[in-house]
Amino acid sequence: MLSHGMKQIGSISLHDLPVLFVAILNPWVAVGILLLLAFFAAYMNALSWADLTYVLPASSLGYVVLALTARFVLHEQVSPLRWIGIVLISGGVGFVAGGPALTSHTHPHETAPEPSLEDLALLQEGDAYDDEIVSAGEKRFAETPLDPVRHIKS
Amino acid sequence: MKPLFTWSAIFAIAIASVIGDVLLSRAMKQVGDVHHLWDRSGLRTVIARILSNPNFLLGVCAMAVGFFSLLFALSWDDVSLVGPAAASLTFIGNAFAAKVFLHEKLDRRRWIAAVLVAGGVALLAG
Repeated sequence: MLSHGMKQIGSISLHDLPVLFVAILNPWVAVGILLLLAFFAAYMNALSWADLTYVLPASSLGYVVLALTARFVLHEQVSPLRWIGIVLISGGVGFVAGGPALTSHTHPHETAPEPSLEDLALLQEGDAYDDEIVSAGEKRFAETPLDPVRHIKS
Repeated sequence: MKPLFTWSAIFAIAIASVIGDVLLSRAMKQVGDVHHLWDRSGLRTVIARILSNPNFLLGVCAMAVGFFSLLFALSWDDVSLVGPAAASLTFIGNAFAAKVFLHEKLDRRRWIAAVLVAGGVALLAG
């Protein structure tokens, strides 16, 4: 979109730099910039919860989408070398997608860490103990006479 | 002399891009999970926290240096050489930098992915 818009505007010489600001008003250029900003926001969002070495290969799927769009929408010729490139990138993304997204330390504002198996065992033990207490309480309640006032008087 | 200028610019693009990516990644890890932060404190807090992070600002500056290096390289040589060479070097450089500076655990799977994607980008953009 940026390329299409800039071709409509024509070449800009170094002496006419203010024309660059006029170029922003071109609808193709404006939409291109908005899409670039959307990409940057999505990239930053992904970096907030995943490794750099996970996000970069995954975001390179854009090259594949671009080549496939050129082949099937714009009906451009894609050379065999480029098809090999598409296969390599897809393979690389497949490799990285099969592993964990985050391997480095967790950040300070992250939510609580995943509970370990020992934590879960302790939780279950605690639950069982709570059940015992509740059950004992229910039993005592059942044994208590229905009219506590009469019970006190007697 | 021209190839020397071109390859200097290509290395400058790759180095600046790697520094930018590492700084942005570190900044976003310091900011925290954007989704949780947005739910808890709202979009304005998310934007304020990102824009006030020094690593984010330095990362954007490094990205700008990379972009202007790209413009210089394109004025000296063809995009069919500059584009794939810079992109591939950036991928490999990022893998090393992420291991050293971000302490990411790069297993064999991640290394293979970095090499495959770097090769694929070189073939696709060439």
